[in-house]
Amino acid sequence: MQVELKEDGLRIWRYCLFSGMAVWLAAATPASAFIAYVSNEKSNTVSVIDTNSWTVTKTIKVGQRPRGIEFTRDGKFVFVAVGDDDSIQVIDVAKQEVVDSLPSGPDPELFALDADGKILYVANENDNTVTIIDVEKRARLGEIQVGVEPEGMAISPDGKILINTSETTNMAHFIDTTTREIVANVLVDARPRYAEFKRDNSEVWVSSEIGGTVSVIDPAKREVTKKISFEIPGLRSEAIQPVGIGMTKDGKTAFVALGPANRVAVVDAVSHKVTKYLLVGQRVWHMAFTPDEKYLLTTNGVSNDVSVIDVAAQKVIKTIQVGELPWGMTIAQP
Amino acid sequence: MTSAAMTPIQRGFSLAEYLTCLNGIVWREALRFLHQRERFISALVRPLVWLFIFAAGFRQVLGLSIIPPYETYILYEVYIAPGLMAMIQLFNGMQSSLSMVYDREMGNMRTLLVSPLPRWFLLSCKLLAGTAVSLLQVYAFLLIAWFWDIAAPPTGYLTVLPALVLSGLMLGALGMLISSGIKQLENFAGVMNFVIFPMFFASSALYPLWRILESSPMLYYVCLFNPFTHAVELIRFALYGQMNWIALAVVGGCTIAFMIGAILAYDPSRGLIRRGPAGGET
Repeated sequence: MQVELKEDGLRIWRYCLFSGMAVWLAAATPASAFIAYVSNEKSNTVSVIDTNSWTVTKTIKVGQRPRGIEFTRDGKFVFVAVGDDDSIQVIDVAKQEVVDSLPSGPDPELFALDADGKILYVANENDNTVTIIDVEKRARLGEIQVGVEPEGMAISPDGKILINTSETTNMAHFIDTTTREIVANVLVDARPRYAEFKRDNSEVWVSSEIGGTVSVIDPAKREVTKKISFEIPGLRSEAIQPVGIGMTKDGKTAFVALGPANRVAVVDAVSHKVTKYLLVGQRVWHMAFTPDEKYLLTTNGVSNDVSVIDVAAQKVIKTIQVGELPWGMTIAQP
Repeated sequence: MTSAAMTPIQRGFSLAEYLTCLNGIVWREALRFLHQRERFISALVRPLVWLFIFAAGFRQVLGLSIIPPYETYILYEVYIAPGLMAMIQLFNGMQSSLSMVYDREMGNMRTLLVSPLPRWFLLSCKLLAGTAVSLLQVYAFLLIAWFWDIAAPPTGYLTVLPALVLSGLMLGALGMLISSGIKQLENFAGVMNFVIFPMFFASSALYPLWRILESSPMLYYVCLFNPFTHAVELIRFALYGQMNWIALAVVGGCTIAFMIGAILAYDPSRGLIRRGPAGGET
């Protein structure tokens, strides 16, 4: 009897040891490396993060007040909107320095690159316009008049519609990319900050910072079909200010940055129900997925760091110090 | 009686004899634990009350600062979990000490102490048995905490085991040392007031040391010199697969010191339990 017990015990121990080793090995295997570029609004720099070591490998000096930031389609350059210098700067990824700049309107904030990566649509916060730029020719193609304080920018998956949100007018403007004219205005809650399409073009989500909601808009009908609101026990509703949105490619899960609530909401993108809140740094603003969608990185403006979320486990695994007031983020394979 | 008759026969014991003794003591402790279901439940309820009620109210207290071994921002309940694990072991250690006093009062201890095996071995067995029981309690607590979304990395549950064994031994040895000085069961309330509460509250179990330093430098040093702080930190780091060498040194050192103290105290020729001159020596 006792011998049997002892053998059982041994077997359990062995099992524990082996499973432990398996977990350890799985954890130790490095994921393919990506690089994340983070714009630091106050320190006028861009931090480069290696996603293997989760460390800042380089800090690049850029123009004043960098905010919107995005990789070019070939992954060789990064565009960064430097608001107080009224232009879009171009960072060479190989050289890790600013090599060029594109002409935008005054105070560019966020921008969207079309599917081919040839045309850039820039929201100019102080000018109530969206500037259209030809990337290759480095030339301005035209301007579209929109509402007051334009900010969020998103292009539909078929490339036909450009969404621009205007913070003060509280609208999502639907712009036809061929005629470059507004074809519809959808009223949303106060201070719309960001827009994001589902890949199948079935929905576009717009976050309202002051309203505290995310409006789900049907792009075909061009009307709000659902509003997602957030509630965190122990927090005042004013502290919950949705800004950045990250949507998985399969359109099943969305992450919403809640600003001074210091949390990212996990939303079931099909049922539109909030399933979880993840604690990150202070005033979480924008976010970006690694291309393999294993990780989601958020910029935390007030605590000057970037939090890393394990997407499958829906857990925050690490927080990395970057420059002052991190704002935007873009990730690609180098 | 001649003095020759009183001298125990000096001979070595085989490993099997040692194991029989160990087995007997561990089984007795395990059976006692299993038969007292209320004790198991109360051992779990205590930390869970702290976790669900106390920690819930203090969620925003911790403030924003990332301290090792944590790599990101954590909720307060995540912070106090290792402290509560150590608290389970602290109570368990004191409970074992209580059972020693009880055994002595009831006369059961005589059965243990008449064993021909060396005294230090008997006490070590008792200590191991108590530690094994505390491990059961801690892992049961971790399981419940896991359902409450307080989860360590999967490997942490293995790496924390040696830390728990060592801290369990330290707190058990401390309990044993204290039990040698308690004459009656009724005095146990004193242990609560003078040992458990000060040790638990003046440690890093509830608040990180930097927080304590901000409010009172003196209290900070009290906490720093409290071995319980180091037991908590050892467990906290091990739970995240890391090693805190200072904590390891302090906990290891204190375990040895308390153990030596307990062995000396239970040595009838000079110990604290000596109640008068031993008969038959003249």
